[in-house]
Amino acid sequence: MVKKIFARLYIAVILVVLYAPILFIAIFSFTEAKSLGNWTGFSTSLYASLFSGQMQNSSGLISAVNNTLIIALIASVIATLLGTVAAIGIFNLHGRKKQAIQFLNNIPMINPDIITGVSLFLLFVFLHFSQGYVTVILAHVTFCTPYVVLNVLPKLHQMNPNIYEAALDLGATPLQALRKVLIPVLRPGMFSGFILSFTMSLDDFAVTFFTRGTIGLETLSTFIYADARKGGLTPELRPLMTLIFLIILVLLLVINIRQAKMHKANV
Amino acid sequence: MNKRSSWALPYAIFLVLFVAMPLLLIVMYSFQDASGHFTLSNITKFFSDRDSLSTFALSLEVAIENTALCILIGYPAAYILADKSLNRSTVTVVLFILPMWVNALMRTLATAELFTMAGIQLGKGTLLFGMCYDYLPFMIYPIYTTLAKMDRSYAEAAADLGASPFTVFRKVTLPLSLPGVASGVLMVFMPTVSTFAISEFLTNNKIKLFGTIIQENINNSMWNYGAALSFIMLIIIGLTSFIGRKDNAGAEGGAI
Repeated sequence: MVKKIFARLYIAVILVVLYAPILFIAIFSFTEAKSLGNWTGFSTSLYASLFSGQMQNSSGLISAVNNTLIIALIASVIATLLGTVAAIGIFNLHGRKKQAIQFLNNIPMINPDIITGVSLFLLFVFLHFSQGYVTVILAHVTFCTPYVVLNVLPKLHQMNPNIYEAALDLGATPLQALRKVLIPVLRPGMFSGFILSFTMSLDDFAVTFFTRGTIGLETLSTFIYADARKGGLTPELRPLMTLIFLIILVLLLVINIRQAKMHKANV
Repeated sequence: MNKRSSWALPYAIFLVLFVAMPLLLIVMYSFQDASGHFTLSNITKFFSDRDSLSTFALSLEVAIENTALCILIGYPAAYILADKSLNRSTVTVVLFILPMWVNALMRTLATAELFTMAGIQLGKGTLLFGMCYDYLPFMIYPIYTTLAKMDRSYAEAAADLGASPFTVFRKVTLPLSLPGVASGVLMVFMPTVSTFAISEFLTNNKIKLFGTIIQENINNSMWNYGAALSFIMLIIIGLTSFIGRKDNAGAEGGAI
């Protein structure tokens, strides 16, 4: 019993520390003060100005949020398609070729962001490719696709290979067999690969920083970085972060509770 | 059968272009001067520059200390989360991953602000704490997964055969969980050795880490020296992942 109380306490302390900064941002999203940590009385004006777009740096912040979402969506869709097709190919490869492609596939996952960023920056400089939206998306596809491959491959290993062959024997065209047999089996892996890609792209800073060029493209991360270096964050970032956190919290709790219920129903 | 193996071709081309070639370019640029001639001066510049060398040493030190701290705090947490008698809800596990969805730079800035408010001076102590805060979930999660998947009957068998709880942990549970620790180390050590924005925020630019010098050189168009510094970091990464993999193989071999 003592062990249990001690364990609970340990987990609780870590969680409190982990959530302290987030709570701090959330609390100070309800005051007008320009700098974080300065309480000037309760007010929801930051939320109002976030939604009405009536703020000092409004166009900057809003376009940064838009860019972040568009880049994450495009990059993770491309990564999911490329990674799924690649996983099917890799599954059917053997020997050296398989080892080589899996080795290369591991590199972006092991490499720190800064190495991925610098190396891609040098590639685009070397190829005289002007940097901007396209290069950022290509860079994000580079570090997202390996995770899709790793999520789809186990589904292929679990699948009974005869089903696909049976579909072909029964007269399905390869395309039909793909759509009706293979894709449904792979879908959970594709989905988790997509979600992982999307979140990593949203959170990325270093790779975007090195591949966005000099056209003034800002994502949320680079916007915050530039803001902090100038001294003083745009106050509306506080309500924005609070809202993002709440949305994710609700989504994850709903998914988890539903999964737990389904699990119980199955048992 | 062989026809579908050709589906790997587009990705193979993509990997060569966007993974292999960029890394080769790092090597190439680090052995060139600004006009493209072969030179060793970038490498010798690093080894003769005391500032770069001490930054490099400090980065390694911080990364090692941070990784050790994450294991020390994260392992017990993962152990508790994976133990069904201590924790039955998966929601607790989700709570540990959740903070990662809030922008890391924003969280770091808030952490630094909390320190300032508490009157703690920003410096190496706050840097270590803040980094541990940022990377702890990456340590807890892989250890938790290996422990949760572990076959409990091994530990039960050891206990039945008369091992004390401590011996069971030392001889059975710990060795079986080492692959998780190894991947946790990879996920924590690599990013900390190369971080740049986080260290700037947490020390108010007082402490420079290796990532910061790489970024400054690249941004000031000193590509060749920046590439050389990246090349040195690549070697460190190669060594760490090689050692990590060896540990991993050993642990798996021990389990059979």
